[in-house]
Amino acid sequence: MKFVLSALSAAVVLAAAMICVPGSSGAENAAGTITIYNAQHASLAKEWVQAFTKETGIKVVLRNGGDSEFANQIVAEGGNSPADVFLTENSPAMALVDQAGLFAPVDPATLAQVPDEFRPADGRWVGIAARSTVFAYDKTRLAPDKLPKSLLDLADPSWKERWAASPNGADFQAIVSALLELKGEAATRDWLQAMKDNVKVYRGNSTAMKAVNAGQVEGAVIYHYYYYGDQAKTGENSKNVALHYFKNHDPGAFVSISGGGVLASSKHPKQAQAFLKWITGKGGQEILKTGTSFEYAVGKGADSNPALVPLQDLQAPKVEPSKLNSKKVTDLMTEVGLL
Amino acid sequence: MIAAAVAVSLLSLLPLGFVIWTTVETGWVTASALIFRPRVGDLLANSLLLIVVAVPLCTLLALALAWLTERSDLPGRRLWAWLLVAPLAVPAFVQSYAWVSLVPALHGLLGGVLVSVLAYFPFLYLPLAATLRRLDPALEDSAASLGLGPWRAFLRVTLPQLRLAVCGGALLVGLHLLSEYGLFAMIRFETFTTAIVDQFQSTFDGPAGTMLALVLVACCLGLLGLENAARGEERYARVGAGAPRLPTKVHLGWLMLPCLGLPVMTVLLALGVPFLTIGRWLVAGGSAMFQMSDILSALWQTVLLALAGGLLTMAAALPIAWVAVRGDGPVPRLLEACGYVVGSLPSVVVALAVVSVTVRLLFPLYQTFFTILAAYALMFLPRAIIGLRASLAQVPVELEQAAASLGKTPGRALWATTIRLSAPGAAAGMTLASLGILNELTATQMLAPNGTRTLAMGFWSLSSELDYAAAAPYALAMIVISLPLTWLLFLQSKRLAGQ
Repeated sequence: MKFVLSALSAAVVLAAAMICVPGSSGAENAAGTITIYNAQHASLAKEWVQAFTKETGIKVVLRNGGDSEFANQIVAEGGNSPADVFLTENSPAMALVDQAGLFAPVDPATLAQVPDEFRPADGRWVGIAARSTVFAYDKTRLAPDKLPKSLLDLADPSWKERWAASPNGADFQAIVSALLELKGEAATRDWLQAMKDNVKVYRGNSTAMKAVNAGQVEGAVIYHYYYYGDQAKTGENSKNVALHYFKNHDPGAFVSISGGGVLASSKHPKQAQAFLKWITGKGGQEILKTGTSFEYAVGKGADSNPALVPLQDLQAPKVEPSKLNSKKVTDLMTEVGLL
Repeated sequence: MIAAAVAVSLLSLLPLGFVIWTTVETGWVTASALIFRPRVGDLLANSLLLIVVAVPLCTLLALALAWLTERSDLPGRRLWAWLLVAPLAVPAFVQSYAWVSLVPALHGLLGGVLVSVLAYFPFLYLPLAATLRRLDPALEDSAASLGLGPWRAFLRVTLPQLRLAVCGGALLVGLHLLSEYGLFAMIRFETFTTAIVDQFQSTFDGPAGTMLALVLVACCLGLLGLENAARGEERYARVGAGAPRLPTKVHLGWLMLPCLGLPVMTVLLALGVPFLTIGRWLVAGGSAMFQMSDILSALWQTVLLALAGGLLTMAAALPIAWVAVRGDGPVPRLLEACGYVVGSLPSVVVALAVVSVTVRLLFPLYQTFFTILAAYALMFLPRAIIGLRASLAQVPVELEQAAASLGKTPGRALWATTIRLSAPGAAAGMTLASLGILNELTATQMLAPNGTRTLAMGFWSLSSELDYAAAAPYALAMIVISLPLTWLLFLQSKRLAGQ
């Protein structure tokens, strides 16, 4: 018993020591530090937070994770959520938290910085960046005239085991949610059913692109910035890859809006609103242009990285972001056996 | 002791209780629709196939290596013995990442089996080598004197003595195969655990994921039952007086070179490949990738979590292991089974249960260090129990009785004899638990207090952004802090054999 007790007390002492680890204690929260549930790429969030803290002096604690996971976690936490701000990569997760009534209205000044098409009509969250769906293909194997004209073409048996996707990720599920919104439930179910037979499943958009580059598949449905990010680094995983934009208001031309919102339960609403205002403002949007994320800027008058195909040339379909239904999408994907 | 065992067992039932409660709440119609669907069949086939192929391969490899390093005159035995434990220091998902980096086409069952055998065979090698070393050669001598040749003596006398080690190790490997996520996610082999994580990332605590967890729990119970049946009731402690003499080493002769090939190949594949990949990325990334302040802070947080979690796990495992060894009848087995069941659940399920319960019922504990340590203790209970149980089983109960007859209270008698003598096993168990915590990712992400960033979290977030070069220092740091632990494990298994 003595052994058990001494081991226990040692564990308690160690746990107590850990509370003193910088940047991880609850004590700092009392001093006005805000906590962000961040589903955006960790490196982008870090760039934002460092610049924001430098400019405003407000400290930020980041918790990194995924869109849907956090959205549902926030719903489970309800009014007790330790999060002040929620940032996502795609809209469906924002819609989920919004429908649970857990967002506070966004400051009008922040809303005014972002054009209408990049935020929901109810003004409870706001677009912070955007990404375009692309068909990343192996340019050594696929001639431009052999490319699919529409995302829907990939359901054709002729595409069997020739294309890849990451159906478990929030990114692909956002694309499906746009398809659902544009073409309806029956068409989406049929497409997913055909996809189940055709697709080669990879985990993560980057691995899907890597597979294209390595010649394992001819193409992959992913977002645009994976390609640009890799090109800006070593280019090792995208040497043989080119991007095909579906355009033409096709579901495959879907532009997904990354969202940011302040939780109604936030204990530091002023600082949280300030953060949202900052990232949608000049400083935050400039980081999208100059940083390593290669996501599109969405602020009024903000330019995106000049290497990208301009946002207005993408001919994206018009989709109301607050209507994207993540639950229906995962139900359908579970039904056909993709999840 | 018994009360403590019951308390820990009850706590360890929490995740299972959560799964069952969610199932009941979901209702039979929805639940059966989610359980009896083609995808579950595919996953079941995948998971079982993986176990059926990988566990025997691991056992054969580990047995051959253990025999070569303990019972033959293989050159460099001591070095090999250490190098064969060292792969434990390489997190399974780093192993997988290294292989995918080297052979991008590697995937599916073949890839899964290859990488998991390389990642997990030390779990079998350690107990097998320790048992072989400790085995009283008098047993084999008796067999020989009764007319058995060396092969038949090995099969009929030595092998049965290894039964506990094989059963315990194989169970551990099987449980790892069922609950590992990162390894199979990277090698693109779908198991129940990867599917549950997919569901979790899509729906958080949606019923589909919980139903998958239910089937997974059934698989784990099956494995546990199998091990239980195979373990038997024989006595493995020595009966004779005095200390056993050292076993003689078999002279390999001309077979030495081919035999040397086995450890060389194993070490090259299990250690060479990860180091090659990490080295390559470190060179490609250059010194700019070493953001020292980030890495150091992650290192510090990881070490503290691993130490504190290891201690707590040990403390939780001790009563269960003691009851399992000393107790009789179905109750001790049941208590022990609780520990295995919770440890075999994928960390997401444990984490989800803990998150759900703390967020709804025990909010002051939500996202605290205590909670994450408790979750670690639940997840790594089997590692600690196996180490402890083998050690406790070898302590003759007569010592405890003798201490009691000399006037010690039961608690003091226990402390003065059994617990002290089982300290090496306890250290081994704690080391294994700490190792597990060092490499733990999924539950850490869900349960860690805000702002925590462990090495595994840093590695995963960077490598999932395809920033393999920046991830490499984290992988290296994980291996470097794990190596002393595996060294300790190695030393203590030596000491166990009195060497």
